[in-house]
Amino acid sequence: MSTTVHVDVTVNGERREADVEARLLLVHWLRDQLGLTGTHVGCDTTNCGACTVHLNGEAVKSCTLLTAQADGGEVTTIEGLSGGDGLHPVQAAFMDKHGLQCGFCTPGMIMAAADLLARNPNPSDEEIRHGLEGNLCRCTGYHNIVEAVKSAAGQGVSA
Amino acid sequence: MTASVGTPLRRKEDPRMITGRGRYTEDINLPGALHAMIVRSPEAHAAITSIDTSAALERDGVVAVLTGEDMASDFAGPLPMVWAPPGVEIKTPEHWPLKRGQVKHVGDPVAVVVATTRHGAVDAAEDVIVEYDPRPAVVDPEAALEAGSPLVWDEFGTNKTHEWAIGGGDIDAGLAEGEVTVEHRFVNHRTSGAPIEPRCSIGEVRGDKLTLYSTTQIPHIARFVFSGMLGIPEDQLRVIAPDVGGGFGAKLQTYGEEALVLALAKRLGRPVKWVETRSEHMTTSHHGRDQINYVTLAAKRDGTITGLKVRIVADLGAYQQLLTPFIPELGFPVMGGCYRIPNIDLHFTGVFTNKMATDAIRGAGRPEATYWIELMMDRLADELGMDRLELRRKNFIPSGEFPFETALGIVYDSGNYEGTLDKLLEHFDVDEFRSEQERLRGEGVLRGVGFSTWVEVCGLAPSRAVGPQGVGLQAAFWESANVRVTPTGSAIVYTGTSPHGQGLDTSFAQIAGDILGIDPANVDVHHGDTDQGTWGWDTYGSRSLAVGGEAIVRAAQRVQDKAKRICAAMLEAAPEDIELTDGKYQVRGSPDRSMTMAEISGAAHIPPNELPADIEPGLEESAFYDPENFVFPFGAHACVVEVDAETGKVKVVRYVAVDDCGPAINPMLIDGQVHGGVVHAIGQALYEQVVYDEDGQLVTGTFVDYALPTAAEIPPIESDRTETPSPVNTLGVKGIGEAGTIAATPAVAAAVLDALRPLGVTELDMPMTPMRVWQAIQAAGNGGRPSAGPRDTEQGRSLDEQGKGSAGSGPAVPPEGGAA
Amino acid sequence: MITAPFDYEAPESVDEAVRMLHENGEDAKLLAGGHSLLPLMKMRLAAPTVLVDLRKVPGLHGIREENGGFHIGPMTRHADLQDATELGVVARAASEIADQQVRNRGTIGGSLAHGDPASDLPTVLLVTEGSVTARGSNGERAIAAADLFQDYLTTSLAHDEVITGVQLPSLQGYGFGYRKFTRRAEDWAMVGVCALVSRAPDGTCDDVRIGLTHMGATPLRATAAEDALRGSSLDDAAIAGAAEHAADGTDPPGDLNATPDYKRHLARVLTRRALEEAVSV
Repeated sequence: MSTTVHVDVTVNGERREADVEARLLLVHWLRDQLGLTGTHVGCDTTNCGACTVHLNGEAVKSCTLLTAQADGGEVTTIEGLSGGDGLHPVQAAFMDKHGLQCGFCTPGMIMAAADLLARNPNPSDEEIRHGLEGNLCRCTGYHNIVEAVKSAAGQGVSA
Repeated sequence: MTASVGTPLRRKEDPRMITGRGRYTEDINLPGALHAMIVRSPEAHAAITSIDTSAALERDGVVAVLTGEDMASDFAGPLPMVWAPPGVEIKTPEHWPLKRGQVKHVGDPVAVVVATTRHGAVDAAEDVIVEYDPRPAVVDPEAALEAGSPLVWDEFGTNKTHEWAIGGGDIDAGLAEGEVTVEHRFVNHRTSGAPIEPRCSIGEVRGDKLTLYSTTQIPHIARFVFSGMLGIPEDQLRVIAPDVGGGFGAKLQTYGEEALVLALAKRLGRPVKWVETRSEHMTTSHHGRDQINYVTLAAKRDGTITGLKVRIVADLGAYQQLLTPFIPELGFPVMGGCYRIPNIDLHFTGVFTNKMATDAIRGAGRPEATYWIELMMDRLADELGMDRLELRRKNFIPSGEFPFETALGIVYDSGNYEGTLDKLLEHFDVDEFRSEQERLRGEGVLRGVGFSTWVEVCGLAPSRAVGPQGVGLQAAFWESANVRVTPTGSAIVYTGTSPHGQGLDTSFAQIAGDILGIDPANVDVHHGDTDQGTWGWDTYGSRSLAVGGEAIVRAAQRVQDKAKRICAAMLEAAPEDIELTDGKYQVRGSPDRSMTMAEISGAAHIPPNELPADIEPGLEESAFYDPENFVFPFGAHACVVEVDAETGKVKVVRYVAVDDCGPAINPMLIDGQVHGGVVHAIGQALYEQVVYDEDGQLVTGTFVDYALPTAAEIPPIESDRTETPSPVNTLGVKGIGEAGTIAATPAVAAAVLDALRPLGVTELDMPMTPMRVWQAIQAAGNGGRPSAGPRDTEQGRSLDEQGKGSAGSGPAVPPEGGAA
Repeated sequence: MITAPFDYEAPESVDEAVRMLHENGEDAKLLAGGHSLLPLMKMRLAAPTVLVDLRKVPGLHGIREENGGFHIGPMTRHADLQDATELGVVARAASEIADQQVRNRGTIGGSLAHGDPASDLPTVLLVTEGSVTARGSNGERAIAAADLFQDYLTTSLAHDEVITGVQLPSLQGYGFGYRKFTRRAEDWAMVGVCALVSRAPDGTCDDVRIGLTHMGATPLRATAAEDALRGSSLDDAAIAGAAEHAADGTDPPGDLNATPDYKRHLARVLTRRALEEAVSV
């Protein structure tokens, strides 16, 4: 019985082992101990989605996950999304369609959008809007975020 | 090189932000930093009878636990409020970062715990035992004004903070002249700015110099204020606003927590970091709006408006923060809307309540005004039996009459209100909508349309108008810029503004690049650090482009002038013969005799030949610009909603915005500002409300209960523009950051009322939640007013809700859906 | 927000988990996906001293056909349920829980054990007349949905009992309707209605089951409405008439968004709509 836990997690392709406090949330491990500050915290209640990362290829809210629960898993953060030097298509589309302003919700929004397109490569506008219902943005009014996701999906984009 | 201004250049800010390499305040971890957690009052109004910090102090890693009494000597003065209108006394209680004696609202800070880890600070804060002796709380601002009401501040003997009035023409004559008069009471309910980034502040001490890293819109003002509060010279305090994750006015404030981390760093000799939780944001980041507006509008039978009388009761909460009492009045210059109104009379009353202070939230005084102006135009049109848009056209200030001085003595700089309305109607066919509406009604579907023809005042501001010699803010509102060209021809632009999402790194680079003849890709815009660049007045009030942008124009123009003189010297031509064409400085008529800016700047820094004696080396200029007037953006919006009459649920199905903020610097950024502003207003109109119960307990303490709309609630926003230049600045530009929020609430509200018209509903307060709409429908069917309904809650509390027709209290369910 | 400290265990069998729960008493809590428990702990509305995480226990995941119906492992996530369209109304309800990130972590077992009357799946289990199998220190037992939900956030599970399976009976012949009313897409139900209808050969209503979400301290059956419709015609008038009884006998909690009156009204409207949907397929 212990308040610390040994974890072995592959983060952005790199194996990381650590003894962490059992109550350490995944988002705090990523931000405060691994220095991956692209993942943000915007609320206390699993609403805003700014902390969205991928765990084993699926979007999760890292503020509602103990680091211990990610043990043995693969975590991808915004810093590792492209897997290389270039941009992931969703990242490129957010820039091209002006899908961000202050940029704070953006990493979580991009991670959620990437998961959405993985689940549904050709979503309708309605499916995009519902697919992003777990991520709040105060700046963009969502319009250009939806345009960016459509663009990344290779769909026609209205002007 | 073609001109960049006017093109949708992609943002320079984006590459770091889309890859997770933004640097927000919470991302900064200084070596040896301590973590602060604040112990806050659970009571709305109480005397602090004891604070026991012993258990907290015993915990491992706890460095200090301090109360307001402990820190009394850490501050030379309290948190400031900066409005001193001539001849008016504003009751202003002392406001300290930690409270002594009494607490005045839920969340009022009473102690701070500092520990080596954030986890440790949170744990120890739970161990601080504070005993309170509760006092009666007052929550309703109108009840607070009644005789016998409990007092927020005994020492003032009243809850009234101040009265302020302004008028023009002869209101009695104007009302008497009216053949038709409409009167109405409007509620602009309390909202939260709710940027997705919560606040965070870090105080650092090195030698005798303090640094504050903070999520602020106002680093320069913060240095000014906090150096005074700490009793240190301004040179000993540096304030840095790193990437800031949205402000919306919530970060236009000098907060106690910022003063606290500085004082703690100074006291403890180590960096101290405080991170706001979302619950703290909802509780203790200032709120906005919260006004009751009594409006009387008189007109002749032909629709000509003769008089407007407004009485405003503003709930300011328990303290006066930076601009708290001024925010309601901030809307006054445009309280006649875009209409010619010869007689106007405005009166404002501020009120203390046991709630968090209100202050500027996106639009700040103007959204409240637009809401009642536009809905009153609808009511007047209905009373006259006139078409709502015809009534507006009849009273528009004609485009040929600008600059136009209103009855209040305000000079609207430029406008073409017919033009934006005409363009709106190109996108939105009213006749087609009305027949569709009729057809759908037959199928039981209720659709409605609402219009808003809006004007706002921004570009804060001419110092003579709003400063000490004007309405009495103890500040000035000029702006500054420094433009520097490096030896290899890159440009560094320092602005005194402090953007936080608006994209000004990009639009400012476009402006400076065009004037300098440098690709905007090689123009780097710096801001948000008081140790760099020029002193400035920061970012709020849609001022950055119209004031800060113009300062950049002036500084860049001076650099261009000098570049021409250097070029002329190098090419042995007359300076007046040098022209900038396609990115080259060339001798007029001799395209083969030219230099690039890189060549000129190289010569300025490392002269190949001796420069003429009257040319100093280097290539850098500053400018300070105080505008002669405000700017007045305007536009015409249409909103279509669908109402489920059985459940009361409203869905916005179409939104069209035609706005005019002068010539576009970057049209992509303008569209983005409009989208976000409109959706902020849709949130206010339909979803968002800060609710306190009758005991002053905050009901909407998280994002579960404070309902920001998600993408699924929001339609695409259709936007278009007209371009009417402002004569105030050389760019001809006006602000656009707040426009959507100022414009859209009446359009949404009018659309809901239009949809409900067949059911006899004629009034409804925001936020138009499903229950409120349903209650209004029930009441209309019963021929009565909306009933508040039963007020029981799971917690057994009851609610004193603001406005009519809403009820309920208490988080009914724990946070977030789903399952374990 | 940060939880209070706790001891963490990740047993590798159900029996081990039961033992840990038993030994640590009421202060020990089971952790599945964590999407109900962790938010409460972050707000310090819950502070268990021991968390027993089921993530390493084999055999608790997945969906398989069983006795004409389905067996669903308690650690099966909402995301798995939403894709399993063969589950009918269960898949539909799962697809409307919160948002995709939550559905990627939240589990059916966790949702049922949490017993939140505002959650989707408890009502669905009640209406489908499913059950759970639970193992505790006194062995394994089946608990019918009707017996599982006892009060607000309270089930008949003993503190040391672990749900080991969820049984969903065959719903052959039933059409379903699901109506969840929220202010925003990601919210909990203000009121939700789950309806199942089967037709007799003559087209009349052979059986009808109606479940109500967030209309009381537990998920509820709208028995008066069911009784009104069972055996009757399934035309619009009959459905509307039955739906008028949907809130009979309920005493829903009021909250920020809805008074009890409004909730009862919503229950009637949503019941009619859910029934109309159920008979349209």
